[in-house]
Amino acid sequence: MAGQERRTIDLEEGWAFMQKGITKLKNILEGKPEPQFSSEDYMMLYTTIYNMCTQKPPHDYSQQLYDKYRESFEEYITSMVLPSLREKHDEFMLRELVQRWSNHKVMIYQEIKGQVKDAVIALIDKEREGEQIDRGLLKNVLDIFVEIGLGQMECYENDFEDFLLKDTTEYYSVKAQSWILEDSCPDYMIKAEECLKREKERVGHYLHISSEQKLLEKVQNELLAQYATPLLEKEHSGCSALLRDDKVEDLSRMYRLFSKISRGLEPISNMFKTHVTNEGTALVKQAEDSASNKKPEKKDIVGMQEQVFVWKIIELHDKYVAYVTECFQGHTLFHKALKEAFEVFCNKGVSGSSSAELLATFCDNILKKGCSEKLSDEAIEDALEKVVRMLAYISDKDLFAEFYRKKLARRLLFDKSANDEHERSILTKLKQQCGGQFTSKMEGMVTDLTVARDHQTKFEEFVAGHPELNPGIDLAVTVLTTGFWPSYKTFDINLPAEMVKCVEVFKEFYQTRTKHRKLTWIYSLGTCNINAKFDAKPIELIVTTYQAALLLLFNGSDRLSYSEIVTQLNLSDDDVVRLLHSLSCAKYKILNKEPASRSISPNDVFEFNSKFTDRMRRIKVPLPPVDEKKKVVEDVDKDRRYAIDASIVRIMKSRKVMGHQQLVAECVEQLSRMFKPDFKAIKKRIEDLITRDYLERDKDNANTYKYLA
Amino acid sequence: MRRASKKSLSSAATASAGPTKAVSKEVERIDQFFYTYADNSSVMIDPEGIETLCSHLEVPHTDVRILMLAWKMGCEKQGYFTLDEWRAGLKALRADSISKLKKAFPELVQEVTRPSNFQDFYIYAFRYCLTEDKKKCIEIPVACELLNLVLGLQFRPQVDKLSNYLKYQNDYKVINMDQWMGFMRFCNEINFPSLDNYDSDLAWPLILDNFVEWLRENKS
Repeated sequence: MAGQERRTIDLEEGWAFMQKGITKLKNILEGKPEPQFSSEDYMMLYTTIYNMCTQKPPHDYSQQLYDKYRESFEEYITSMVLPSLREKHDEFMLRELVQRWSNHKVMIYQEIKGQVKDAVIALIDKEREGEQIDRGLLKNVLDIFVEIGLGQMECYENDFEDFLLKDTTEYYSVKAQSWILEDSCPDYMIKAEECLKREKERVGHYLHISSEQKLLEKVQNELLAQYATPLLEKEHSGCSALLRDDKVEDLSRMYRLFSKISRGLEPISNMFKTHVTNEGTALVKQAEDSASNKKPEKKDIVGMQEQVFVWKIIELHDKYVAYVTECFQGHTLFHKALKEAFEVFCNKGVSGSSSAELLATFCDNILKKGCSEKLSDEAIEDALEKVVRMLAYISDKDLFAEFYRKKLARRLLFDKSANDEHERSILTKLKQQCGGQFTSKMEGMVTDLTVARDHQTKFEEFVAGHPELNPGIDLAVTVLTTGFWPSYKTFDINLPAEMVKCVEVFKEFYQTRTKHRKLTWIYSLGTCNINAKFDAKPIELIVTTYQAALLLLFNGSDRLSYSEIVTQLNLSDDDVVRLLHSLSCAKYKILNKEPASRSISPNDVFEFNSKFTDRMRRIKVPLPPVDEKKKVVEDVDKDRRYAIDASIVRIMKSRKVMGHQQLVAECVEQLSRMFKPDFKAIKKRIEDLITRDYLERDKDNANTYKYLA
Repeated sequence: MRRASKKSLSSAATASAGPTKAVSKEVERIDQFFYTYADNSSVMIDPEGIETLCSHLEVPHTDVRILMLAWKMGCEKQGYFTLDEWRAGLKALRADSISKLKKAFPELVQEVTRPSNFQDFYIYAFRYCLTEDKKKCIEIPVACELLNLVLGLQFRPQVDKLSNYLKYQNDYKVINMDQWMGFMRFCNEINFPSLDNYDSDLAWPLILDNFVEWLRENKS
């Protein structure tokens, strides 16, 4: 092309040519009969413009051409496009828009966006009311808002979404106002859930995905957050009523809806807690009532009612654990609520028996021979598992441990334990829940028994090997490790000579087995089988060692006065009264009492009842156990004092100086795994430590303690 | 008043710095005064001597002023005044005769009740009652007497109620130093009878918690 001089085109000439092209284009856009542009037409138009814009000044007409093009474009939009849009409405307007849109994006957008947005929202509201609308159309229209942003969402957000959200708020606010008055809580929730579902679908169908969260938040806020209290507290259908009527499905829905709302679950978990607390407290009350209806002489015995009570508590727990995991999807708030509720009534106790004792007794009833409940092995395992879980709610774990040990001792020593495996299994469970320290003594007890069985065989071999030592009585001794077992009082009872001989033989044997070990005999735990020669027939009596020692006194004399018996046995009055009562006033009257009456008095005289007989050849003469409750509680109190002392000293040793409240709080924290120390008890221990010069009060601040090393 | 007493103290100090005839005379008279009441064999004023001294002073031997005198003398054993204690106390009081001692009492009372001294006196009063070695506590009746004596003037209503309570309760048979100190702190710090600023979460001795509980129960 070099060297070829281009002809300069002047403005009038060039624009006239362009005008022709524009008119042709308009005709095409308006759908008038007009042949399409050929490629030659296009080329001519473009080349002319190109040339006119690249001519050397003053013939560069870029600016003029641009202005003229805009004029004619605007003229077209105002005279043709907009009137055609404006004369149409609603859906037709939108159709026109989509048609026009592909022709003239920005101009039209600016002119019409307000109207479009209104129309779209109106359609959405129609759909909300259940009408069918053309979702595809809406999708196309809303795509315009997105598309115009060229990758930015501002147009969509500012020109449409904001208005939609505002409309949504208003729409649901009106709905909620009437629903909350008309509907029951479950119905309201069903509606709310349905609305949320449909709004979500709406986003999927034609809104931009970024609207989902914002839209749902508005709906949740209007339908749920705004009306949470009146909804949840509806008298006959609110949360409490649903809990009362076990409306699991509605509660699950409630959880689903309110879990989306900030702090929405708190009131529900509170109502759940109150509900469970009330249910549990009612069970306590029920047990309390049936206990007070019991016959007075059976008052102190923890009986079937208490067993039933524990079962009911376990059932209650099973039920609401299921609520927590299923309805409330295991949310921590509900776990906490359940725990706090159970802690309230599990620590109440029933008619003078602490819950620690009730649980220990419950275990005992299940684990001992002849368990009245006739449970399968699996059922026993399951019950043990659950009762151990209940223990988590009991603050006096130490008290449970002490009662449990007492009862375990009885099971082991009197051969009442039904199954060794269950015994070990519950200890494993307890260990998992409360730590090794908690069960170490109990495990020691079970082990002692195993060792004792082995010992017994060895002892029998020993006696067989030394016939000269044979006491002539079968003897079985269980050696217990001090510390593992509950403490038992030991008395210097005067044993009958036959028994003394037994003790001597065993001592001799034991010395061959161990060195440096001291045996202390606890005769109060012994049992004896003795043959009694009554006139009618001999009967084997199964009695305690104490009862036997007393009966054997009558081998030497026919009649003995109360005081003679006390002196010869060297036992306390309480014990002697108890023994004599069991032998002369209870079911089997092995001894005759003068005067005959139902209680023992110091002036009574006793005589062997040779006329006694029974249809059985062997009978067990029961000796009612002394009430151990008081001693257990005392022992635990003593242990607690030591534990509190130790904890305070430990804390103060590391801190040296500390404020009262802080010290109390840390002490409670340290001890909470075993028991919940009472503030007064801690204060008392602190004061005691001050008196013993472990601590002193700060001279200037009486609320601060210093550790005295 | 304060200034005046300070003056008298400082003048006493200069007097003792240079032993003059007048001073040694005073010491002599104080010693003489001592022997009027002392037991010859033990060289101490024993309970009987104190009894006589009190009758001459015309005060009962249970009077708080006698306890104050003992405090001033730094007397170690209840019921006994040694010569050293006597000298120290009476010299400070500038009293070498019954009449002068009587006259010194109002000033002594003032000195004791000054806040800087009162706590010391209060602690002294408790220790004074620990009549046996290694004894750390005083019996409830003694404690009530003592409270009445040392706090009765300033805190009559509190002392009355507290004494009633101490006699009523069964939890404690004796009072230890910590509790004793607690009583004074209670009188000084707690609004009475409203008790509105008493908080049992603070380190008040338990006996005071119980006391306040008792007061509140009895009120309602």
